[in-house]
Amino acid sequence: MKIVVLPKQTFDTEAKITLDAAGKINREGVNLIMNPYDEFAVEEALRLKEKHGGEVTVVSFGGPKVPDILRQALAMGADKAVHVGDEGLEEIDEHTTATILAKLLRDLEYDLILAGWRAIDDGSAQVAGRVAEILGLPMVNMVIKLDIAEGKAVASREIEGGYEVVEVPLPAVITAQKGLNEPRYPTMKGIMQAKKKPMQKLTIADLGLGGEEVAPKVRARRYYLPSPRSQGKIITGEPAEAAAELVRLLREEAKVV
Amino acid sequence: MNFDLTKEQKMIRDVVREFAQGEIAPRAREIDRTGQFPLDIIKKMADLDLMGLPFPEKYGGAGADYVSYCLAVEEISRACASTGLTYEAHISLGCMPIYLFGTEEQKEKYLVPLCRGECLGAFGLTEPNAGSDAGATQTTAVEDGDWWVINGSKCFITNASYARFVTITAVTDRALGKRGISNFIVPTDAPGFTIRATYEKMGLHGSNTTELFFDNVRVPKENLLGERNKGFKQFLQVLDGGRIAIAAMAVGIAQACLDAALAYARERVQFGQPIARFQAISFKLADMATNIELARTMYLKAAWLKDQGRPVTKEAAMVKVFASEMATRAALDAIQIHGGYGYMKEFPVERYLRDAKLLEIGEGTSEINRLVIARAIGCYL
Repeated sequence: MKIVVLPKQTFDTEAKITLDAAGKINREGVNLIMNPYDEFAVEEALRLKEKHGGEVTVVSFGGPKVPDILRQALAMGADKAVHVGDEGLEEIDEHTTATILAKLLRDLEYDLILAGWRAIDDGSAQVAGRVAEILGLPMVNMVIKLDIAEGKAVASREIEGGYEVVEVPLPAVITAQKGLNEPRYPTMKGIMQAKKKPMQKLTIADLGLGGEEVAPKVRARRYYLPSPRSQGKIITGEPAEAAAELVRLLREEAKVV
Repeated sequence: MNFDLTKEQKMIRDVVREFAQGEIAPRAREIDRTGQFPLDIIKKMADLDLMGLPFPEKYGGAGADYVSYCLAVEEISRACASTGLTYEAHISLGCMPIYLFGTEEQKEKYLVPLCRGECLGAFGLTEPNAGSDAGATQTTAVEDGDWWVINGSKCFITNASYARFVTITAVTDRALGKRGISNFIVPTDAPGFTIRATYEKMGLHGSNTTELFFDNVRVPKENLLGERNKGFKQFLQVLDGGRIAIAAMAVGIAQACLDAALAYARERVQFGQPIARFQAISFKLADMATNIELARTMYLKAAWLKDQGRPVTKEAAMVKVFASEMATRAALDAIQIHGGYGYMKEFPVERYLRDAKLLEIGEGTSEINRLVIARAIGCYL
């Protein structure tokens, strides 16, 4: 079985977000990681490979540090990687990314495409769905259990108040939700062997794309940080009086009761 | 000049850090309290191929370098110094003599199971009357046909209860003094070989420290490790590497001291503000961070020299002294910053002090290492 995983490089979950002089998100000195939901996708791909045989390819679009997360996936056990660079693109959106990934995927063989259900940075949860749409593939979102048999995928997903089990023919796009699996640590041998595995670097021009095709349809106009949380208030006094004062403040000041 | 770690070194450090903080650190307090040897953690480390990290794949290793190994030692020791010492002694003292001096057959037979983590490595050098004066070894090995017959005892030997075999030093030619010492691989199930682990220690409670007793223990001739009567030179070379790793351990403990003290100082409010804002505290933390950075840079340099196959005796001794004494100071300062709480077992810093102190003693005391440095810079010409 041939599986392609689409990880994205994101800020570390503990990174402090700041804006630069131009009002853009400051990327200087920020630790970058593989989007945690994409780690579930990579892990699931490796487990499916271990069970059914086959090959796992990881593909990511982005800046010059993207090979770090691809190398991580190779160290975990993926077989090969493709990095599509973002050179020459000033601004991108989900349309840009999905267009580029889908174009590349047309040249790859796959039975299954896996991704995280969303990235922890912009959280738009659109790219995998757009890729499925462009390629005309069925898609199951936010999957917590996945079985593959006889050319079909049976996937469980959380829905409000319960679970839904759906079946789709392969090839299909499946996105991972927390709970699907527990990603492995790369082994030391895996890390050392990763450098011997193929990592292809492509540009957008290599894919025959450019200009309007990859221009963003959505543009961010402004970024701003949430206002700092104001100091809490401690109400002193006898418990009964303090409780009455708390209720008064909740009603009159906070207007929540 | 390039101070960057390679991509592999960086990834190894990051993965070991994540593993150590996730799987080992939460257990460290309990390991210290009970003295229970964390075999399950060692098993997980073996699953990550850590137990043979700096050795070639053909011997079951991961094929990484000594720099990567020292980075791993730092991260594991930062989480739990007992586990750090188990790991350090396994690689630097257990595996290394066999890797450096073993024949192909010996490497196949002994290094491979060590690298796979099937058993732990141990090195029997110290004796009750041969500590800093390791040349005064009293344990003897006498030839008897196709056998060597070993008599004597060893003390303070790490990991031996979990070893299938121990590399030991023994006198093979009394007339030659320290030039009459040889190394032997002795199976732990050999008749007459007793291992006892009854020490009550100040710290490193989760590290296995043993005494070895040899009562007419017979090992076949092929268990001689390296050249006959070259044992003294061999173990000095082994200790050079070990000292770099001990320095990495010290940096790990000191980093844990800084992590704990900084977090505490930011939260602890006195006189209306976090104590980290007081110069008396912030300068302590600044000095700690500075010394850690210096010691880390130096152990990386020493490990790099070793990877390049260059002489490292002097640098190894320097960083061993500097880092171990620095770690003890960092632990004392971390306790001071914690005030009364630092003296309590509820906080980890008193453990860091008990653990750090050993590093000024094991694998060459500070005094012996200063002697090595003084000799290297030409004091005794």
